[in-house]
Amino acid sequence: MRTKETSFRGFIKALPQNMFSGLVVSLIALPLGLGLAMASEAPPIAGVITAIIGGIVVSILGGSYVTISGPGNGLVGVVLVAITTLGLSATYAAIICSGIILIILGFLRLGKLADYFPSSAIQGMLAAIGLIILGKQFHIMMGNKIVRANGIEYLIEIPNTIFTVMNFQDKSLIYAALAGVLSLGIMVFYSKIRNKYLQLIPAPMWIVIISVGFSYYYELILKMPNPISGNYMVPAIPNIQEILTDIPTPNFEMVGTLPFWSSVIALTLIASIESLLSIKAVDKLDVQKRRSNVNKDIKALGLATVFSGFLGGLNVVTVIARSSVNVNNGGSNRSSNLFHALFLVVFILLFSTELTRIPLTALMAILVYTGYKLASPDVVRRIFTIGKEQLIIFFATLFVTLKVGLISGIVAGLIATFIIHIVVTKSLSLFIKNILKPNVLMFKEEDGSYFVSVKHFCSFLNFNMLKSKLEAIPEQSDVIVDFSLCGFVDHSVMENVHDYQELFHKKGGNIGVIGLEILGTKSEHPFALRRLLPLQNIISDNKTKRQKNLELIADDFELTYKPLKSRKVEFLENFIYFKTKKIEHIFNQLSAKKDPCRLFDITFSEGEFIAKEVVRSTMLFIKTSKTLPAFTLDREGLLERLYVLAGYKDIDIKNHADFSKRFYLRGENENAIRSLFNDELVRFFESNAYYHIESSKSGVLIFSKERVASIKEIKALLDFGIRLNKILSQH
Amino acid sequence: MNTIAFKTIGIGVTFSPNLEANINEAARFALCFGSKLVLIHVGEASEQKSKAFQKFLSPFKTKNLEYEVLFKSGNPVDVILSSTVEKKVDLLIIGALKKENFLKYYLGSIARKITRQAKCSVLLLINPSIERVPCKHIVVNGLKDPKTKETVTAAFLVGHKLGVDKVTVVEEIDQEEVSVNVDDDKSLRKSTIIKERLRLREEARVKTILSTIPANYTKDTAIKSQPIFGKRGYSIGHYAQVVRADLLVMNAPTKMTFWDRLFPHDIEHILTELPTDVLIIQ
Repeated sequence: MRTKETSFRGFIKALPQNMFSGLVVSLIALPLGLGLAMASEAPPIAGVITAIIGGIVVSILGGSYVTISGPGNGLVGVVLVAITTLGLSATYAAIICSGIILIILGFLRLGKLADYFPSSAIQGMLAAIGLIILGKQFHIMMGNKIVRANGIEYLIEIPNTIFTVMNFQDKSLIYAALAGVLSLGIMVFYSKIRNKYLQLIPAPMWIVIISVGFSYYYELILKMPNPISGNYMVPAIPNIQEILTDIPTPNFEMVGTLPFWSSVIALTLIASIESLLSIKAVDKLDVQKRRSNVNKDIKALGLATVFSGFLGGLNVVTVIARSSVNVNNGGSNRSSNLFHALFLVVFILLFSTELTRIPLTALMAILVYTGYKLASPDVVRRIFTIGKEQLIIFFATLFVTLKVGLISGIVAGLIATFIIHIVVTKSLSLFIKNILKPNVLMFKEEDGSYFVSVKHFCSFLNFNMLKSKLEAIPEQSDVIVDFSLCGFVDHSVMENVHDYQELFHKKGGNIGVIGLEILGTKSEHPFALRRLLPLQNIISDNKTKRQKNLELIADDFELTYKPLKSRKVEFLENFIYFKTKKIEHIFNQLSAKKDPCRLFDITFSEGEFIAKEVVRSTMLFIKTSKTLPAFTLDREGLLERLYVLAGYKDIDIKNHADFSKRFYLRGENENAIRSLFNDELVRFFESNAYYHIESSKSGVLIFSKERVASIKEIKALLDFGIRLNKILSQH
Repeated sequence: MNTIAFKTIGIGVTFSPNLEANINEAARFALCFGSKLVLIHVGEASEQKSKAFQKFLSPFKTKNLEYEVLFKSGNPVDVILSSTVEKKVDLLIIGALKKENFLKYYLGSIARKITRQAKCSVLLLINPSIERVPCKHIVVNGLKDPKTKETVTAAFLVGHKLGVDKVTVVEEIDQEEVSVNVDDDKSLRKSTIIKERLRLREEARVKTILSTIPANYTKDTAIKSQPIFGKRGYSIGHYAQVVRADLLVMNAPTKMTFWDRLFPHDIEHILTELPTDVLIIQ
């Protein structure tokens, strides 16, 4: 009982933080919801209704912790097809049916449907969805609405549209196009500017604020009508009374027809795949490393979809971008999802008329960017590095999806993958003979570690058997996965096993994969070895000026300079700063064997999908001689004062009012931190430049800005670090 | 316990490249257990054939091997099965091919038919060799079954005679016994606890079986008990393969119908993928 009580107290304690994060998420959810609904040719408010229902139902009944639910971008294509073939009210009926199927899938524990799809095919399908969104919305973003038969034709028309826009005579259309292009610019460049005040409001909301401000500027100051064409403004948003009175009635008349059910199946398939992929990705970001109950979440999403369909909303899915924003803003339990929904209700109550001041072109710019992110060349490049055959699968899925439809696309991807597997292994019987065999053996050895042996072959077809065994192992344990009895291991499996390795590593366990070497040499296996190759790029002689200067600094401080990328970043994992971030690699290292200081450039990413930001920064790591209590020290600014309001704590040091006022210090063990911050250390911090300083059991991490430091800054940083280390070791 | 004395050992012989190896293995086994060896050849008796058999058997004659060569024509399966009954063979040795054709499985190869229908214990050899390959590690099933006690005893008897270093008793626990599905951290904890409990239960059961085994069988061998969670009959073969066991000892199947072959279980799995030498105790 005590644990329950403390968890309740923890829940109350985390509430302000979750409220804050729910607010930030709702700022993205509002424009995205409107845009996604309009892109699927549903009334704009449908997207917001979806997010509200999703937030409320899934936060109460769901099985995941930090996910946000609402309208998904993957569904735009399917809903669009459904609405054009069935009509709006029958589409609502299809949405309700797909919700019911989702609930059934959840009860049958078939929520893990996505496991049976090869990952390259899923990538291809997502890219196709991205291109469908991008292709269609690009024209609207440019103020040139056109209607074409399928996704490919929209894409082909893009140069034409650019040409048409160049020759626009109508001023209102030019303004519309400008608003679109500017908004796209905001989406693209937002993540490049690292300013904490700017970053507080997400990019889509900046677009909304600027366009609403622009409209008021014309109305109140210039006393002129808005120069953007009325055709390219968001159509009237009903107010809350109208929404409640005008709930559309779903039309079940087409229930007996084939197109209806093919829509239902497509909706269900995409909704479950998008949700599952998102849940998996978000679980990786969770600071508390909890495991989501996927089937429970699928049931909740299904129920939310049913409600949403009855109330005039779309399919409710788990969405990755909004969830990652939630994690980054301190969301720690499902209440943030609820708050996101409640804030949306408040927005609709208060500002529904203001929303019509947003240009449609600006809203579509957000979607174009989303579409681009789904189909970005990076995805293709990444798949190419895994293997050429993956590219075949990817493009087969992509083209069939664009040309025919989503279900055909994913089927094409499955077939392509299977054919490629047969070609690679030169054996059909390997698969047919062994597909139903329980090919995975797991047992616990006497020393408490687990041994998992996989026989015959392991691919997307039977990965679920390996998965169910891995799922049943506590993540703190040591595991050995042995593929030496396996004749074939495919890329989807390698990728998934890699994910499990990360998960175990985070929770203190370890998965060692053995037996692939034999496999690689015996069968020249294309997927296995490629995953194992360490990522080393060779910068031979063409060093940049900064790199040459780094060499000079290395000489100065008697350190060695290593320009190559390194993946050995375990020493950074204990720092709170990296809890919600994914470290890619470190490079340009300055270090020496005996020296406790280690300076490096680091690449890490924050968030996922459209909220994903890749950051490069320069940091200094000092291995302290003693273990310090974990603390974080920052310059105290407006934001930090806001954090205090949101439930974060600032530790004040007695007799140092100035320090306490200027610095924001936090950590778990207050007493140990207070005793560490003696007069000397406090004076040191007071008299030096501000840095972000963080300690963990392995050492101290120091950096100033979230960007790569200049040579001068590096020298200052090194000097600061060396002096700080001196004081800390005297302690 | 007297039932597994292996007084008479039978082997079906044909003129295949493996003939010498098969005879050598069988003769060594017979010498080891001090039993009589019966060579069963399906076909007409002839001077030439007898000579060939004699040639291979002569090295063992000096070691006082008692043997008999039987010639009988007819359907191989029927001949071998009837001969085993006639000669009171209680261990039949069959040299198996390691990989059998995919289609043959459904038709049923001779070896498989004999194995299924034999009334005596059967030893399937995957790699018969002319020189003796020492047998170091025996894996035996510890299923919850009335036959298990006898099987485990037999395993220790064989282990004792062959001088193995290690005997592992494997308890296969059906996944269905772990009634909790792992969804999240809470259910994972629950299933881990249930598994631990099952493991202790199974180990206690095996311990009682082990306590009944004569002490002189067990004194020089390391005994290990290993619970595995997996498909009954299949996982044990996989395990034997993983630990590179030299001999797998198993219970004979209780029933065998057409459906058992179509949806293979227990021993049928082992027959399709012989992981190592297999001894099936009747």
